[in-house]
Amino acid sequence: LAKINAAPSKYSTDAAPNTLKDITNYNNFYEFGWDKTDPAAHAGQLVTDPWSIEIDGMVDKPGNYALDDILKPVTLEQRIYRFRCVEAWSMVVPWIGFELADLLNRVGVQPGAKYVAMQTLLRPSQMPGQKQGGIDWPYVEGLRIDEAMNPLTILATGLYDEEMPNQNGAPIRLIVPWKYGFKSIKSIVKISLTDKMPRTTWNQLQPREYGFYANVNPKVDHPRWSQATERRVGAGLFAGREPTLMFNGYEDEVASLYTGMDLRKNY
Amino acid sequence: MSMAGLSTPINGALRRVPSWVVYLAGLIPLAWVVYLTFTGGIGVDPVKGIEHRLGKIALWFLVGGLAITPARRWLGLNLIRYRRAIGLLAFFYIALHLSAWAVLDMGMLWSQALADLVKRRYLLLGISAFILLIPLAATSNNASIRKLGRNWRRLHWLVYPAVMLGVVHYLLQMKVISTEGWLWLTAVLALLGLRLVPRSR
Repeated sequence: LAKINAAPSKYSTDAAPNTLKDITNYNNFYEFGWDKTDPAAHAGQLVTDPWSIEIDGMVDKPGNYALDDILKPVTLEQRIYRFRCVEAWSMVVPWIGFELADLLNRVGVQPGAKYVAMQTLLRPSQMPGQKQGGIDWPYVEGLRIDEAMNPLTILATGLYDEEMPNQNGAPIRLIVPWKYGFKSIKSIVKISLTDKMPRTTWNQLQPREYGFYANVNPKVDHPRWSQATERRVGAGLFAGREPTLMFNGYEDEVASLYTGMDLRKNY
Repeated sequence: MSMAGLSTPINGALRRVPSWVVYLAGLIPLAWVVYLTFTGGIGVDPVKGIEHRLGKIALWFLVGGLAITPARRWLGLNLIRYRRAIGLLAFFYIALHLSAWAVLDMGMLWSQALADLVKRRYLLLGISAFILLIPLAATSNNASIRKLGRNWRRLHWLVYPAVMLGVVHYLLQMKVISTEGWLWLTAVLALLGLRLVPRSR
């Protein structure tokens, strides 16, 4: 496989990325099981070619788009982003992708659209976790339209110069670096533009614990643990914790999206 | 072969096993965790790997300890003389689990750790289980048994709420309770429930 030559980006952090081993062996992807190691063990069976994304709702050009057609006109960039899980661990990941706004502009967002809803593949035969109860599959997530249009928000198709590994959400996933990781939905098959706030999987499961916004915020605790600090995975056994940054360190780029909002209520 | 027929030779063989062998064997899981840590087999996040494994080992010993009385009553298997070792090993692993949380996971941020302890229900349950077990561990010696007499038995009933708190602590720390979690809870409830079965005379 040819290495992907992705252009560097001004949005990349200077922080040293985690190793490919870290990034591909410590995943929450419940479609493949509950443990962090389950995705690495079971995602190999997922067939990601052919792949298409259905784009519908309040768009000018709805349709079922083949992944190749989606990717043809885009210039892939490398975005080295901080990644903060709601479980209070973090990594630094060199994603490869393009801005979600690129795609949304191409399909033409109609003026009334206020939200983007997204859906993960539902294929229990290759995603054994979907045969288990507990979660109402398929996994769904969503963003407000201005969040979706923010240049930090990307659709990622690779990491570390390689195609996206299955356990990380192949072949195409969302990355919203200022939000907790569960917002960054994996293996996307459907994107809908809508005027209503879409339902989202974790919010439905535990509304008290996981809000629609899920912005990284050291001042708003998860009911079961503090979000003030985080553990950097790969930092070593005795590295301790580091302070969590507001909006995961992307305050300059995104704080204006939430002006006047009570982030304690809209967690 | 009947249950009693099978348990008699097992009991006979077990009588030759001194309890220090059980203590020593009880350290094998710890050696395994240490081995995994040094070989990288503990996983990408060694902190959680160590912490969770120690907790799970403690759970095995707690449930194993609870199984000893029913095993004698219903299977005729006599492991009573190893119960102290099993209980102390459980306590030992809980203490290690707690230390891993405080030192490795919380990074000795004591104020945040304490605030978390009070605010988070599952942490409160976990620490309560540990606290309940402290007097039990402290009185796990022949002198205490002699001194406390009948009260020793009463005191050690605390193990029932402690195991219950421990298993609920384990379930509540999950984002969604897994099948394995429900199995653990079922096992504990069953082992506690068996104690309510009246003895027929």
